[in-house]
Amino acid sequence: MKVRAQFAFVFNLDKCIGCHTCSVTCKNVWSNRKGVEYAWFNNVESKPGIGYPKQWENQEIWRGGWELKNGKLQLKSGSKLDRLLNIFANPDLPEIDDYYEPFTFDYAHLQNAPLSEAAPTARPVSQITGERMEKITWGPNWEDDLAGEFAKRSQDQNMRNLEKAIYGKFENTFHMYLPRICNHCLNPACVASCPSGSLYKREEDGIVLVDQDKCRGWRMCISSCPYKKVFYNWESGKAEKCIGCYPRVESGMPTICSESCVGRIRYNGIMLYDADKIEALASTPNEQDLYQAQLDIFLDPNDPEVIAAARRDGIQEDWIIAAQKSPIYKMAVDWKIAFPMHPEFRTLPMVWYVPPLSPVQSAIDQGLLPTEADGCIPRADTLRLPLKYLANLFTAGKEEPVRTALNRMIAMRSYMRSIHVEGVANVEVLNNAGITEDIAKEMYRYMAIANYEDRFVIPTGHEEVRLDDFHAFQGQNGFTFGNDSSPGISPNSLFPERRRESVESLQQAPAADEL
Amino acid sequence: MDLHQIVFGVYPYLCIATFVLGSWIRFDHEQYTWKSDSSQLLSKNGMRLASNFFHIGVIAIFFGHFVGLLTPHSVFTALGVSDMAHQGIAILAGAIFGLLALIGGLGLWLRRLFNKRVRAASRWMDINILGWILLTLMMGLSTLPFSVGHAEHGDATIMLRLAEWVQSVVTLQPNPELLRHVDTVYKMHLFLGMSVFLFFPFTRLVHIWSAPVGYLFRAYQIVRAKRAV
Repeated sequence: MKVRAQFAFVFNLDKCIGCHTCSVTCKNVWSNRKGVEYAWFNNVESKPGIGYPKQWENQEIWRGGWELKNGKLQLKSGSKLDRLLNIFANPDLPEIDDYYEPFTFDYAHLQNAPLSEAAPTARPVSQITGERMEKITWGPNWEDDLAGEFAKRSQDQNMRNLEKAIYGKFENTFHMYLPRICNHCLNPACVASCPSGSLYKREEDGIVLVDQDKCRGWRMCISSCPYKKVFYNWESGKAEKCIGCYPRVESGMPTICSESCVGRIRYNGIMLYDADKIEALASTPNEQDLYQAQLDIFLDPNDPEVIAAARRDGIQEDWIIAAQKSPIYKMAVDWKIAFPMHPEFRTLPMVWYVPPLSPVQSAIDQGLLPTEADGCIPRADTLRLPLKYLANLFTAGKEEPVRTALNRMIAMRSYMRSIHVEGVANVEVLNNAGITEDIAKEMYRYMAIANYEDRFVIPTGHEEVRLDDFHAFQGQNGFTFGNDSSPGISPNSLFPERRRESVESLQQAPAADEL
Repeated sequence: MDLHQIVFGVYPYLCIATFVLGSWIRFDHEQYTWKSDSSQLLSKNGMRLASNFFHIGVIAIFFGHFVGLLTPHSVFTALGVSDMAHQGIAILAGAIFGLLALIGGLGLWLRRLFNKRVRAASRWMDINILGWILLTLMMGLSTLPFSVGHAEHGDATIMLRLAEWVQSVVTLQPNPELLRHVDTVYKMHLFLGMSVFLFFPFTRLVHIWSAPVGYLFRAYQIVRAKRAV
């Protein structure tokens, strides 16, 4: 047993309202720079839809993730030699239009335009070429709230074995939001595909990072990440990705996307796992067993044997305590209501999702849907969102675990409703769903109330293990004696200049008193 | 000392020194700029063909020159490679891979000039260095008719002299006189080629140093620890 700690996430999709606050805060903090205008380390997709970048889930196109070849785990994109032979032009690389051409608008024109019959418009400008764009044809959230035609969004990979014709009808339309960040996988394909070895997983918290100095821009990670969450900065020529907000996390703060989440859907916590089992479990033959395999890799932080092994492997005491209080462990392992996204990619992702309920109140009121005994809360199989769709997303198509999870969430609601509305606790619904009253109450506390201190259990980083005299470095965070954040001051540098300014409309609107 | 002696007696050392020291300094101080600088994300069109042609051609030519020019004559003799066979291989391989590189390089250069997105992301040195390499390639291919002419007369002396000169430079006994009466086209090619080494550290060419051969021999996963393990 080799115990490692992983900084992990749960997103409770049942409460995601698709407001994109996570995306915007993330963008403002991390990817508001030249070359990554198009890159959203956090994005929120409307599902069903082909997503961002287009068709990212279809690994027949991008060949991301892993596959079993003669029972052995290998990158889906091919052997190491195959990767090197394709290094001059990666055949699986998405093009910028698969994301979208980044744009801004000449806003000032709205105020500078001379008086005319027609209202002036702010026209789009490409942030790559700086030229005016005729028409914007795709964007980071083009399919927002099921925008566009059904024929297009039904190309969603999770619809592949559904009766598409049925769900094309207006009455049967279903919809959910899917916020996505880097999964900080236990078996990351991006790391495995990097020819220069610049991508790495941090031993302490499992956050996956790109060493910007070591990256040579071979761009294999871009296509090998099955979630398309490594981006190529076309200006710097380096790979960039979600950094798990490690400067915040090391200080015990949640990631900016989690902190700013309006719906309080995001949970940050620590998971202990057995690093010796990674390869064996990622090689599980049947892809529908991968969800269970990933559950098997987690270690019980209350088990004395695990605690002893964790101490032996250098995990600090406060991290063990954090793992014991981890909201991730409760939702994923104790209650089994959270799932990894697309376990069949075999990367063992560490952002887990609570599947959304999709109650349809008016249909229930009209008596159109079978309900639980209370007559108010629908059964899992009758929800608007097809179980099959959720199973395709979270368990490689295995419906049972998702059904159980939804039923537990429904039972919790039904139970809490019985207390608050009827005044009598209905324990029977809990028994049917296989949970106890204590668990139901705790689920209610974690999922409905979702207090800050319950959602975020984050131990601080231990810099003292790295620095002999860490007091000597106090107060120096963010400052550097090197040139890593400098644009360079010499206009005549022989080495390539660093262009930092992204394309923005330079035209200024007149000051208020000039109008 | 006349211009000929400066170009073929002094200039090579200027190029080598800049190549080595410049690369070293850049790697030490500007590793963030050390990259292949791919523009494939902005436009994939034709990249697969052009980039592969160019890279395969250039790599083959580089190693062809390296082996052909730096191997001492005695080694070839000992291996039983006659001068005429040597020249024949050089002409054939040079023509094939030179053309391959030229076709691919032209494709890449036109793309860099006329594809709006790629052009916008280009620095002037990206355009210049590719143009310079293409000039070198064209001049190198222009030497072929001369070499073929020599070969037809069973004369390998020019080739041997070129090799001898290269070896005189790397053994720090430069002898520019060896090239005094060589056709101008060879001299032009040599000058252009040496200059590539001079420009090398200031361009994207530095990625050549980082050819990731080590990838073949490493484990898939990389884990870094803060504490010393």
